[in-house]
Amino acid sequence: MKTSSSICVNVSKAKRLTLLSVLRRTASVIMASVMIIACFTLLSGCHGRRGNDAFVLPESFDASREYEITFWAKNDTNKTQTDIYNKAIKDFEALYPNIHVKIRLYTDYGRIYNDVITNISTNTTPNVCITYPDHIATYMTGANTVVPLDELFADSRYGLGGSEIRFDAPTQSEIVPKFLEECRIGGAHYAIPYMRSTEACYINKTYVEALGYEVPDVLTWDYIWKVSDTATAKNPDGTFAVNGQNVMIPFIYKSTDNMMIQYLAQKDAGYTTSEGDILIFNKDTFDFLYEIKKHVETGAFSTFKISSYPANFLNAGQCIFAIDSTAGSTWMGSKAPLSDIAEEMFVDFETVVRTIPLCDPEDPKMISQGPSICIFNKSDPQEVLASWIFAQYMLTNDVQNAYAETEGYVPVTSKAQKSPEYLDYLSREGEDDKEHYDIKLKATRLLLDNIENTFVTPVFSGSASVRDAAGQMIENVTKSVRRGETVDSSYMEKLEKDITSLYRLDRLKAGSNGSSTSAGDDDGSSPSDATKESFPAASKVLLTILCAVWLLLIAYGIRSFIKKTKK
Amino acid sequence: MKKIISLMLALVMVLSVTGCSSEDPSKKSEGVMTYKEYSDAALDSEVVVETYVQAKQGWWQDTATIYTQDGDGAYFLYSMPCSKEDYDKLTTGTKIKVIGHKAEWSGEVEIIDATFEIEKGNYVAEPTDVTSLLSSADLIKKQNMFASFKGLKVEAQADGSAFLYNWDGSGSHDDNSDLYFNVSVGGNTYTFTVESYLCGNDTEVYKAVEGLSVGDTIDAEGFLYWYNGVNPHITKITKK
Repeated sequence: MKTSSSICVNVSKAKRLTLLSVLRRTASVIMASVMIIACFTLLSGCHGRRGNDAFVLPESFDASREYEITFWAKNDTNKTQTDIYNKAIKDFEALYPNIHVKIRLYTDYGRIYNDVITNISTNTTPNVCITYPDHIATYMTGANTVVPLDELFADSRYGLGGSEIRFDAPTQSEIVPKFLEECRIGGAHYAIPYMRSTEACYINKTYVEALGYEVPDVLTWDYIWKVSDTATAKNPDGTFAVNGQNVMIPFIYKSTDNMMIQYLAQKDAGYTTSEGDILIFNKDTFDFLYEIKKHVETGAFSTFKISSYPANFLNAGQCIFAIDSTAGSTWMGSKAPLSDIAEEMFVDFETVVRTIPLCDPEDPKMISQGPSICIFNKSDPQEVLASWIFAQYMLTNDVQNAYAETEGYVPVTSKAQKSPEYLDYLSREGEDDKEHYDIKLKATRLLLDNIENTFVTPVFSGSASVRDAAGQMIENVTKSVRRGETVDSSYMEKLEKDITSLYRLDRLKAGSNGSSTSAGDDDGSSPSDATKESFPAASKVLLTILCAVWLLLIAYGIRSFIKKTKK
Repeated sequence: MKKIISLMLALVMVLSVTGCSSEDPSKKSEGVMTYKEYSDAALDSEVVVETYVQAKQGWWQDTATIYTQDGDGAYFLYSMPCSKEDYDKLTTGTKIKVIGHKAEWSGEVEIIDATFEIEKGNYVAEPTDVTSLLSSADLIKKQNMFASFKGLKVEAQADGSAFLYNWDGSGSHDDNSDLYFNVSVGGNTYTFTVESYLCGNDTEVYKAVEGLSVGDTIDAEGFLYWYNGVNPHITKITKK
């Protein structure tokens, strides 16, 4: 980064030129200056004005020094999870008394993403951060911002399960390969998986059977639409026949991003490519939107963003098919240990868990999602190494098992998955309605049984925007139908145009970091993408300087012309 | 000259005072709904209201979430597209015309997908005492209004504390988590919240709740927000 530093000095010098002195020069000199400023500023912007040198793994970890590392973590507003984070830090600090970990907790991936983006410009990123690969792709637009981990993985002393590591860390081969692969961006690993989940359909079996249907082992979209439409029948008094209540939304989807992405994957239809090509506006997408339209019209379908959490409706007997993350399973069912609704609102029913509806039951495809951990680069390689050692600690069996058991998460290492403690946990399904809540354990098993059927979407700078766009189309169609608007081909044309404009999809194209894969959002949050944001500060300064100089040039030219004319 | 300036200043002052006092917050322009019309409007329908900013919950990704009220009722504007520049102009009392869609999310009736324009006028609502209505079905008629609550007793959380960071204690002061505390009046217990986007950890009310003890008697003010039942967003408490 010496180049970058010297460029910054040059830019500073250029800025010190006063406007008057610029005016005194000839136009050619001014133009030359402008070009130099432009080049320097652009180069500076491209290469990260305050970037770090690429991380070089130190020969050994300097344990004689004190380190304070910051860890930005996400929890599902779950006290047990925060307790596990705190215990992990305490246990880690007992092993490494010279490394002090300061945690900052978030409940929303979008907030973490925005705070990281803000802090990249001031070089005040956290050391270790829970994140999604989609977001890392954007972080990587800064030079050497995120540490590539392959060299660290492989190091015999400090790598995964390395000889100098003071705890029983997994080896690289003990991280579930599919999950690790999801952290590969542009040919290198920029994260390690922390937890994995998928989506599940939580079903009120009692109501399904009351409607005259059976719950099949594998759901299809046709089935779920059919039963949902049937469930909208009303009594003469206006209440719903199936529950006798005034409210019934048979089918509620938490993350419409995932809904669209998974449907397209099941149909082998276009979404994006790893090169960043946007293929989402295709026939299958619009066919699906028309299908959704039909079922919004009957009152059979709604979304989290429009109506609220599927769990609240499910548990109150106001929803039959609630699709949410397996990591939300403790909120699902008539005996759910966690709930937002009053006890008296709960309705007693039999809850069953299935995979999301499929287009082809013989070809199941479902999203792989869940948090990963990345490490931000710092000027001190020892600090980065300390961060890596801590990140590795989060993969130990104690942390993996404890955190996974808080929700329907799956540990990301085979070492943890095969541990006697975890196998014992799985074997105790339904022993109680808390730690061994049967719905949570069924949701966990659902993912364990389907790891090979999971997929992730391509990651590139801007892929988070495409994800948002995918869900927004469903949200828009749903809202429009509810509002009595006409949803036809003209509507769809406008929708494509509006969504393209809103998420700037026409400007997206994968950069050098474009590559493999991404996990979806668990929490349905809608982080904005950097591509939606305005120009970087350096570009703004450059443009302002250019405009100002051009104005001065014009003024100078006019003045000279007038002078000459007068003479 | 001095006399003229003094006279003009006095005139401006008189006009300002007159303007303030003559503001009728229930009066609507042509084509704008009265509060009753808004209240009667179906969910998902388009609504046009004139209302006055009472508090701002926050600005996030070019959208603003705002508590507003006119002389008859209140309107919660959720995630309304708004530039930061305009957001800064929306000071307490500012009159705005809003066109959007009426929606309901977990019992909270709000206006979404809205556009707005600032109008001339100013009104700051006095809190309406709703203590006696807390257990009444009529409370919902006051939804989103700036309200006061008198003589509340602070009740213990499940862990014995007077309040929690986040609903289950998973948050912290440093993380600027919402505060949840239970209060009882008339034999019923209610959950009140200090919404950290509205009143963050550097505000008086946040610190005051952190200083509560079980058994304290307090008065409170805040907005009658709804989340699966009444869940006021508290902006002020006074320990008795």
